[in-house]
Amino acid sequence: MARLLIMGAGVSGHTAALHAQRKLKRDHEVIVVSPNSKWNWIPSNIWVGVGFMNTEQVTFDLAPIYKKAGIPFYQAKATAIYPEGSDEHPTPFIEISYTSPDRASEKEILAYDYLINATGPRLRFDKTEGLGPDNGYTASVCTHGHAEHAFRQLEESIERMKKGERQKIVIGTGHGTCTCQGAAFEYLFNVDHLIRKHGVRDKADLTWITNEMELGDFGMGGMHFKRGGYVTHSRIFTESLFTERGVSWIKQAGVKGIQENKFEYETLDGKEAEQEFDFSMMLPPFTGVPFQAFNRNGEEITDQLFAPNGFMKVDADYSGKPYDEWSPKDWPETYQNTTYSNIFAVGIAFAPPHSISKPAKSVNGTPISPTPPRTGMPSGVMAREVAFNIADMIKGDAEMPLRKASMANMGAACIASAGASALNGTAVSMTMYPIIPDFEAYPDTGRSLKYTTGEIGLAGHWIKHLLHFGFMYKAKANPFWRFIPE
Amino acid sequence: MKEKKPLRTPYEQNYYPPTPSKFTVWKRTNPVWQFFRFLVINVKMLIMARKH
Repeated sequence: MARLLIMGAGVSGHTAALHAQRKLKRDHEVIVVSPNSKWNWIPSNIWVGVGFMNTEQVTFDLAPIYKKAGIPFYQAKATAIYPEGSDEHPTPFIEISYTSPDRASEKEILAYDYLINATGPRLRFDKTEGLGPDNGYTASVCTHGHAEHAFRQLEESIERMKKGERQKIVIGTGHGTCTCQGAAFEYLFNVDHLIRKHGVRDKADLTWITNEMELGDFGMGGMHFKRGGYVTHSRIFTESLFTERGVSWIKQAGVKGIQENKFEYETLDGKEAEQEFDFSMMLPPFTGVPFQAFNRNGEEITDQLFAPNGFMKVDADYSGKPYDEWSPKDWPETYQNTTYSNIFAVGIAFAPPHSISKPAKSVNGTPISPTPPRTGMPSGVMAREVAFNIADMIKGDAEMPLRKASMANMGAACIASAGASALNGTAVSMTMYPIIPDFEAYPDTGRSLKYTTGEIGLAGHWIKHLLHFGFMYKAKANPFWRFIPE
Repeated sequence: MKEKKPLRTPYEQNYYPPTPSKFTVWKRTNPVWQFFRFLVINVKMLIMARKH
């Protein structure tokens, strides 16, 4: 009996666990280690942040689901990996520290035959002084708890506007190297929608702050699609929406420090400026979850397994080539670690070879450009393919991973809510192919103009709602869950 | 009360981008047209889900 150990139970870890268990049945063991007791459909945290949903609607307890699926679940965080084992324990293993209240801080080791790292990001609010809800002055929607807190702050701001006070609301990225601009974009337009609903939009100055070179970059270098007889860049599409909704923007900006009601930022041209705010939601930069790795002799080999940003190295090209030499082939296909073939990393946990947007530094040397997003649909797809590959290898059907899931050959659909309401809500619906631009196959725009599309409308809101219920249903491993695509 | 549209100031950032016509804005929340778009976008998403 072989054991597949999965670290992390978010979108990618949970997807990998369910698919692997389905393939391996009871003949082998799939176990999951996650510090969180609940699964969270993170895209709907945006709606928690504007009071359209509550925490209970976007989360559920993992333990009963894993019990039903026959997957042992350890509520614990992994702290170290021993991919060669040790003198005392000759097989590969990880060290865990329990986070469940009944066994808090208790330590244990778990052996594995195959390991999937799906730990997601570490939220680095500490990279910008004053950033974040815990030790700073800004809100966040990265977790359901943060989103609830954001809504409470937003409600206070709305109350002030109702009393006639003018409010400065700033939403965007809280550091020069942030990713997930799409999430902040969704929150911005949901806030806009909510304050219109309360009849106080004229009391709010809404500002978007972003590390993108141009609006509509979304960490993917933007995209082109056909609209109104033209091939148009997403910059035009996005600036149009901002103008229509009366939102001003600060682009090419890296936030440097935040104080109560104001923050400082630097732009690519080296200028430094201040911006006041009454309510602000800014995303933090991400790094990998910190692990240590040791070889058989107990010597630290963390830098062999992980990139300096803490993400796990896989079958990508990490040679650090310049932008002009970037190729779709740089991106991983099997997510297998090149040193230890029984270790894989999926979702945000794998180290990308480089960003997708062109990197940029200010004249002062401060990096101000988005790091690559790898959440949602792509993370689910790569998790499924990795689970299938491991299942094939465990069952002896393959000696190496045969299924490939490169983001350079993968399409993605993204629904960005721009106001939650069944009859007058809207969302931006985007599809793109491929995720990683390929200027050899598509010399003009890097992506297929047939499959790269974007539009705004109520239909997008309905789909976002459908996806919410569809993915919650699927993640609960309810009947026929596997027929719902990633 | 009809909401006041934000002013567009010459040479400011909001002066240049295209903005939707009344017909386009109406289409965005028209249930009949949006139901059709709902079907189209779902088909596109399924195609994307199969493209890897």
